Amino acid sequence: MAINWYKYASPASFYILAGKMVPFFAIVAIGLLIAGLYIGFFVAPTDFQQGEAYRIIFIHVPAAWMSMFLYVVMALWAGIGLAFNTRLSSMMATAIAPTGAMFTFLALWTGSLWGKPMWGTWWVWDARLTSELILLFLYIGFMSLQAAIDDPRRADKAGAIIALVGVINIPIIYFSVQWWNTLHQGASVSVTQAPTMASVMLTGMMIMVFASWMYAIAVILKRVRIIILERESHTAWVAELRKKGAL
Amino acid sequence: MFFWIIQRDLLLAVRRRSDVLTTLFFFVIVVSLFPLSVGPEMNLLRIMAPGVVWVAALLASMLSLGRLFSSDYLDGTLEQMLLSPQSLSILVLGKALAHWLVTGVPLVLMAPVLGIQYDLPADALFVLVLSLLLGTPVLSLIGAIGAALTLGLRGGGVLVSLLVLPLYIPVLIFGAGAVEANMAGISYDAHLSLLGAFLLVSLVFAPWAIASSLRVSME
Repeated sequence: MAINWYKYASPASFYILAGKMVPFFAIVAIGLLIAGLYIGFFVAPTDFQQGEAYRIIFIHVPAAWMSMFLYVVMALWAGIGLAFNTRLSSMMATAIAPTGAMFTFLALWTGSLWGKPMWGTWWVWDARLTSELILLFLYIGFMSLQAAIDDPRRADKAGAIIALVGVINIPIIYFSVQWWNTLHQGASVSVTQAPTMASVMLTGMMIMVFASWMYAIAVILKRVRIIILERESHTAWVAELRKKGAL
Repeated sequence: MFFWIIQRDLLLAVRRRSDVLTTLFFFVIVVSLFPLSVGPEMNLLRIMAPGVVWVAALLASMLSLGRLFSSDYLDGTLEQMLLSPQSLSILVLGKALAHWLVTGVPLVLMAPVLGIQYDLPADALFVLVLSLLLGTPVLSLIGAIGAALTLGLRGGGVLVSLLVLPLYIPVLIFGAGAVEANMAGISYDAHLSLLGAFLLVSLVFAPWAIASSLRVSME
């Protein structure tokens, strides 16, 4: 069975498709979230070094992974939108940015909550923390650029360029920060030596990773639906929906 | 055409000297504020000097970005550049280079004087100049992308800082790092090589990004 991808490149048909997909991903996300949190809080044993505080990794690690992954996905959609001039791809990029920024913030926040009992400080200028902070700046730059431009097509393209420049720069920034960190030896603690994890902890964490993934898809699809409606509000198919009372 | 653009922008800068001087004095004032805020302790200032001078250079270079395209945009020159048969990438490379000559080079020349204020030893001053010489063109090239994207937008000045400052970070790390390495008695070759690498990479990619940003903004 071949799927006609071009059909779903049209905002009108994607709107319907996304509407069908959102509940599915939302339910899966909630199910995985409950399972992951249950394992994280009740099944996984207490860590003999870190005590109970380690349990924050069940949120922290998925958030950190998603934050980086979503930036790349966002740049990919933005790049496709710029190259093929497809409106929907650019809308996807716009829809991904707030979720990515949210995960970045969550990773920083839970990281500092973990840092206080472990390292005795809310913040250290560790390479990973610093890169994550810069990633948040990049998300904020992307969103504020798009917010400042009134014409949506110009906002799409301008956002795409800055997202692509950002994605080229991310590895450069990451390695610069790492180099800077090793040279200065400012942070006496390091996050790099990850102790081997008990398998039940790993299972819990992976379930939480999938939960975040499903959550991100659900929220992004929901948001892209809203963006589609907003941009296409003048079109016939939206008027049709309105007449049918589907809105 | 490339040299013509540089020549023209330089001529404009000479006619409007105050623009160049404003950026330069901004740089001087920012650097001079730090001793006033942290105290005149020379040992502390010497440690801070590379970072302070570099951050101030970053800000000064960024503040002058607003002028890079805006006057050409307002009087229609930019539109003519877009229509011209010349490759737009080459033209904007010329503009970015002229921007560096007008804002970057004065900063480089002023830096040793400010370094003396912070009691930097002579060879550290030399490294500071060298690192700024390699780093400031990168700032102009990356900054031009931001300037092109925010052309004609409300609040473009603040927005451009949100866009370009995170991208300046690698240059800052290795620029200030080179001077610090020299002061710590380690070789600074690697820092300068990396700055040179950034310069080459941005020379290749930035003109393309600036040109497409301008096309997006001028549509």
